Amino acid sequence: MENRERRIENREQAGGISFLYHSLFSILHFLFSIPHSPPQFSISNKQMKTQSNKLFEAALVQTALKQSFVKLDPRVMIKNPVMFTVEIGTLIMAYVTVYSFGHTGQGSATYNFFIFLILLLTVLFANFAEAIAEARGKAQADSLRKTREETPAKVLVNGRIETRSSSQLKKGDMFVCEAGDTIPTDGEIIEGIATIDESAITGESAPVIRESGGDKSSVTGGTKVLSDHIKVQVSTQPGESFLDKMIALVEGASRQKTPNEIALTILLASFTLVFIIVCVTLKPFADYANTPITIAALISLFVCLIPTTIGGLLSAIGIAGMDRALRANVITKSGKAVETAGDIDVLLLDKTGTITIGNRKATNFYPTTGGIIKKFTDACVLSSLSDDTPEGKSIIELAKLKGETNISAAPAGSAFIRFTAETRSSGIDTPDGRRIRKGAFDSIRNIVQKAGNVFPADIEEQVKKISSNGGTPLVVSENEKALGVIELQDIIKPGISERFDRLRKMGVKTVMVTGDNPLTAKYIAQKAGVDDFIAEAKPEDKMNYIKDEQAEGKLVAMMGDGTNDAPALAQADVGVAMNSGTQAAKEAGNMVDLDNDPTKLIEIVEIGKQLLITRGTLTTFSIANDVAKYFAIVPALFIASIPALQSLNIMNLHSPESAIMSAIIFNAIIIPILIPLALRGVAYKPIGASALLRRNLFIYGIGGVIAPFIGIKLIDLVVGLIV
Amino acid sequence: MNTELLGVVATYLLTLVIAIPLGKYLAKMFAGEKTWTDFLRPLENGIYKISGINPKEQMDWKQSMKALLTVNSVWLVYGFFVLLYQDKLPLNPDGNPGMTPDLSFNTVISFVVNCNLQHYSGESGVSYFTQHFVLMFLHFTSAATGIASAVVFFKAFRDKTTSSLGNFWEYFVKSITRLLLPLSLLMAIILAFNGTPTSYEARDQYISLQGDTVNVSRGPAAGMIAIKHLGTNGGGWFGVNSAHPLENPSYVTNTVELIAQMIIPIAMVLAFGYFIRRKKLAWTIFGVMTIGMFLLLIPTISSELGGNPAIAKMGISQTAGAMEGKEVRFGPAISAYWSTVTTIVSTGSVNSMHDSTMPLTGLWQLLAMMVNSFYGGCGVGILNYFIYLIIAVFISGLMVGRTPEFLGHKVEAREVKIAAVITLLSPFLILTGTGIASFVFTNFGDADWTVKPANWLNNPGFHGFSEMLYEMTSSNANNGSGYEGLGDNNIFWNISTGLVMILGRFLPIIGPVAIAGLLASKKFIPESAGTLKADTMTFALMTFAVIVVLNALSYFPALALGPLAEYFTLLH
Amino acid sequence: MKKYIIQSIRLTLVLMILLCVIYPLIVAFAGGFSKGNGGGEKVTKDGKVVGYARLGQSFTSPGYFWGRPSAVGYNAAGSAGSNKGPSNPDYLKDVASRIDTLLKYHPYAKRSDIPADLVTASGSGLDPNISVEGAKLQVKRIAEYRKLDEKTVSDLVEKNTTKPLFGLFGPSLVNLLGLNLSLDEVRIGNRE
Repeated sequence: MENRERRIENREQAGGISFLYHSLFSILHFLFSIPHSPPQFSISNKQMKTQSNKLFEAALVQTALKQSFVKLDPRVMIKNPVMFTVEIGTLIMAYVTVYSFGHTGQGSATYNFFIFLILLLTVLFANFAEAIAEARGKAQADSLRKTREETPAKVLVNGRIETRSSSQLKKGDMFVCEAGDTIPTDGEIIEGIATIDESAITGESAPVIRESGGDKSSVTGGTKVLSDHIKVQVSTQPGESFLDKMIALVEGASRQKTPNEIALTILLASFTLVFIIVCVTLKPFADYANTPITIAALISLFVCLIPTTIGGLLSAIGIAGMDRALRANVITKSGKAVETAGDIDVLLLDKTGTITIGNRKATNFYPTTGGIIKKFTDACVLSSLSDDTPEGKSIIELAKLKGETNISAAPAGSAFIRFTAETRSSGIDTPDGRRIRKGAFDSIRNIVQKAGNVFPADIEEQVKKISSNGGTPLVVSENEKALGVIELQDIIKPGISERFDRLRKMGVKTVMVTGDNPLTAKYIAQKAGVDDFIAEAKPEDKMNYIKDEQAEGKLVAMMGDGTNDAPALAQADVGVAMNSGTQAAKEAGNMVDLDNDPTKLIEIVEIGKQLLITRGTLTTFSIANDVAKYFAIVPALFIASIPALQSLNIMNLHSPESAIMSAIIFNAIIIPILIPLALRGVAYKPIGASALLRRNLFIYGIGGVIAPFIGIKLIDLVVGLIV
Repeated sequence: MNTELLGVVATYLLTLVIAIPLGKYLAKMFAGEKTWTDFLRPLENGIYKISGINPKEQMDWKQSMKALLTVNSVWLVYGFFVLLYQDKLPLNPDGNPGMTPDLSFNTVISFVVNCNLQHYSGESGVSYFTQHFVLMFLHFTSAATGIASAVVFFKAFRDKTTSSLGNFWEYFVKSITRLLLPLSLLMAIILAFNGTPTSYEARDQYISLQGDTVNVSRGPAAGMIAIKHLGTNGGGWFGVNSAHPLENPSYVTNTVELIAQMIIPIAMVLAFGYFIRRKKLAWTIFGVMTIGMFLLLIPTISSELGGNPAIAKMGISQTAGAMEGKEVRFGPAISAYWSTVTTIVSTGSVNSMHDSTMPLTGLWQLLAMMVNSFYGGCGVGILNYFIYLIIAVFISGLMVGRTPEFLGHKVEAREVKIAAVITLLSPFLILTGTGIASFVFTNFGDADWTVKPANWLNNPGFHGFSEMLYEMTSSNANNGSGYEGLGDNNIFWNISTGLVMILGRFLPIIGPVAIAGLLASKKFIPESAGTLKADTMTFALMTFAVIVVLNALSYFPALALGPLAEYFTLLH
Repeated sequence: MKKYIIQSIRLTLVLMILLCVIYPLIVAFAGGFSKGNGGGEKVTKDGKVVGYARLGQSFTSPGYFWGRPSAVGYNAAGSAGSNKGPSNPDYLKDVASRIDTLLKYHPYAKRSDIPADLVTASGSGLDPNISVEGAKLQVKRIAEYRKLDEKTVSDLVEKNTTKPLFGLFGPSLVNLLGLNLSLDEVRIGNRE
């Protein structure tokens, strides 16, 4: 792909810069062991296939650098109250620098200029954090969008086919696609069936089938038709597809702060106000103590104290959350949805494809009483030789495994009987006159009884037993006489119960939705380790279940694809529609999964939690930093007139000037150092809320107290040489 | 361990022995369950009937707060005029004059808000009538206001989702009839039999052993001293408060007064747990508060027992500890304990002069009042603590990856906004107040005021700064103790501290009650493994960290220029 | 709102009767049975009131045990502490001169014999007590002035010393008025 090549190229260009960042980050990592590996997803390893995992690519860095300056516009800055006050401080310092050229009393112009410069950098760093997050998100979305732009579309106009550019397609337009065509835009198949290669979107190479009328009628722009011919109706206006909406969200135009972000902003603003009060009142206090304080010192103290670290990274964290969702191939319609995902209490999962791998496997052969096992097994194998379904193959595998058969090919001249919906059985007619049939219990019983034979009671009993154990029985007959039963079992995905364990530790209850009878459902639910199940589920059952849980105050997430899922998707707090699903489903949910992977919900929950955790831990880190900064700056302010306060200079910093300078340098550079953490997110560990709090409090709280002591001291050692 | 320290330990243990069962009783009593004090019901019904109150009428948080503000306004207006004209009213045997308007303004606010700053002196500034009908009356009602507000707050968390938070008047009346009045009666009688005067006799005169003529101020003090401690008011009968030999005659009365001021604050914390049926939560909160208290208490005792280093240089014996401003019958250890107790529970009564305590003691006193929630005042202590708790809930909720929630209710922007404003309020009032005072002192020292600003301070240098900082901190915390060297009976201090007191009282009551009311009306979310529980050690630690960090960050520069600068200078 | 105002006023009035009339009257009634009948316990000498048992009074004559410095000169109608801060230079000068005075009157004493309470002002200005060390310091001076043997004076100090509560809690202290009264009694006894 063109995209991928460009990226490889970029990676080389970006080598220098990213090396710098990575080495800085590894220092930080070393200092307080911040886990920075991306979240580990054990089942779906598809995501990130098409995306680069690099944090800083040269092109993006360039855009972000430019944006950092554009964002200095006070009208933009005011949205972030913390950084806005820093900007004001910077302006004041600019004035003080100019003033101190011709006047005395405010320190040297050079010193003031340096302070000004560092403050400016602080603001730029914060802007850069936001800009790089935006750029990454945008690049991610762009690369998805690119594939679908400017594709020629064969539009049906009054029964004739006209070729137009995809960008001119309007909602309601019809177009046709044939084998080899790229689908120009999102739409719904209204006629025909086709195999489609969706690898451009999902990274999954296996083609999928899409057809009109069902729940698999949706096609996505940029995917390729491999066979057949379809007629498609355009489902979105140009520029209004989910992807477009998401890009707008990332770019900030329509980005709205999420509830938690608003609350946190309020808290940070109040901390900022506290420090405004602290710094303003320090002036009369110092006058009382006959200690002159320069404006540079006051502003430095102020900037150090206000939570610039979290203030500077806050919006980057939010954007990165959406970006991480996108990297997992999930399009979110709002930032709030990602955040809500972190709060989910109940997860509704479809059985097939999520908990079990879609196919059942043969696990046992039960010949009728008195029957010979070898004969029965042979019959099973013969009947399955031409059966290409996974079930059929698994029968042969099992027989070989048991060593009960030596048949490897059908006798020459055999006639295979294919499975049809009417007969609900398949089989083989051998040249030596054996008519072997394999099928559902009632269809075989029909065959047997029609021929006037007695259907053995022990087989009937075995069939019931298998059903109640969550299996599916297949009865085999030869010449209209029942030979025995094959037990097929749903195969629970490997590792799924560990995942449910993980969810349980997060406090999320899992609910399996299945069309199976309650007995089977219960069996599978137990085996897979889900907490609850809805058996013989009808769409309204899902809806009712969601409503009941919500009435208890719980937040519910579900995944769906069909039109009949739409109401439930809309009702759920987090509704994830599969991209292959119908337009109605996609409209109703607040996320769309491009991979059509039902286990994606688990990842989404983790992304949501990560988002909140990153905000919380960086807030803690930011506030904890203030302790050390006080010990750097307060003695520096007063040492000249109150020598006894030297006792507070526990870091033993070189001079008052170097102490102040070191503190604000630390304050500035901690922002870019933490950008990678903000973008990648703090890892979520499902170890229970209290343990997680302990862990994060230890790393970011205690670490946040200690790190600046070391950092400021180190910077002071360097600055002390100059000042 | 010497007898003085043993006395401290015994006093605290006795306090717990009384406070714990009292907490259980309060929870039952306020919940309307059967208690042995039910015999007082006819009295309460009488009060309701005369006042036209229907105690069954349910109020939401807004109505409760409206009732609170209304009745407090009535007292403010009433008290202001009575103090102004006390010279024209009966029961003034010593012929004390009426108050100036600014002093009256300050005094009435100070007593309505449970602060009791007392810019007057009890012997000469008030009459027996105002001591009773204004000051002691407000001792009862201001304490009951705090307790009733806390019960409204409790009620919000008792049920899963509710907007009816009981009847404010009922809680208020029951606080008096079933708690404050009976305990006061008991305590006043104990004091009376240990030497505190109770009669309405006027000032006395005698000729001393060596022939001096001495005037003796007296009066019915015991009743007021009892409620001033039980209600964590602190406003005493005499000028020097419980350092006065008639107000606090012996070690026994000292112990009684110490216990009295602590039991209701502690009991209210425990009552919270019993009331909302989450005992562990209350014990966790109690644990944090207790640790906070000991972290203040231990260095305070150590600093006082260490004595004054400047006096140590003179070569005399300070084996007992620092004695300036202290009474021999108490000694430095229990006086240090008192100074911690009175600053954490916002009583503000003193048995030694805080202005003369060691610099670090001053630091701990100031910090105790800045935190103002290690047990805290009657009822309001737990409300103050709740603000810290909400901030801790919010930050730690984020840290565990879940929208923050407290007791099954989501904490969202509106609640955080209220908590943020209340958090902001204390530094704003304390620092701005002290800042303005410093500014006036430095720049307008010679202003032609009744008391020249230059003459405000009884002590020069850092200690003088501490005097101003202490006055504002004490006003904001509704504590009422003071560095009494400060010349505070003048328009500047009367008005400024008056405003600080009134803002520092009602907003921190309304804020937490509003948050509780808002939370209570939200949907109840059952707990899951992902829920951060508020009654764990970890969360307790988090709350403690929030308390320490918020206060340290807000006040470090001010404290560095006051007590810390004095300490280090004295040391070198 | 109006409802609340009316309720507030009526509630205030009814509580005033309970809290400001009934309550203090009960206390006053009960206090009537205490020593001093609720007006403060008085100390008499020869039928004349010479002080209040709980209140300190000024002793400056060399024949009496001296009490602690008082910021108000033991004025029992206007209690106050000095409110001097520990680092106040004027205050430290005062303390130094008090030490000098004590050393002058107790030439036999070392500096380290002087307990802090004798050179620092009490909180109330009415402290009725001094420390045991403070009394011991003065024994020799009193004995010389009153021409008594030191043992007699020491015994009086011992007699007027209050031990910690139950022997366990709180400081030991000397009741100054009681001690000086008993000194006077000894002197009278000697004369007779």
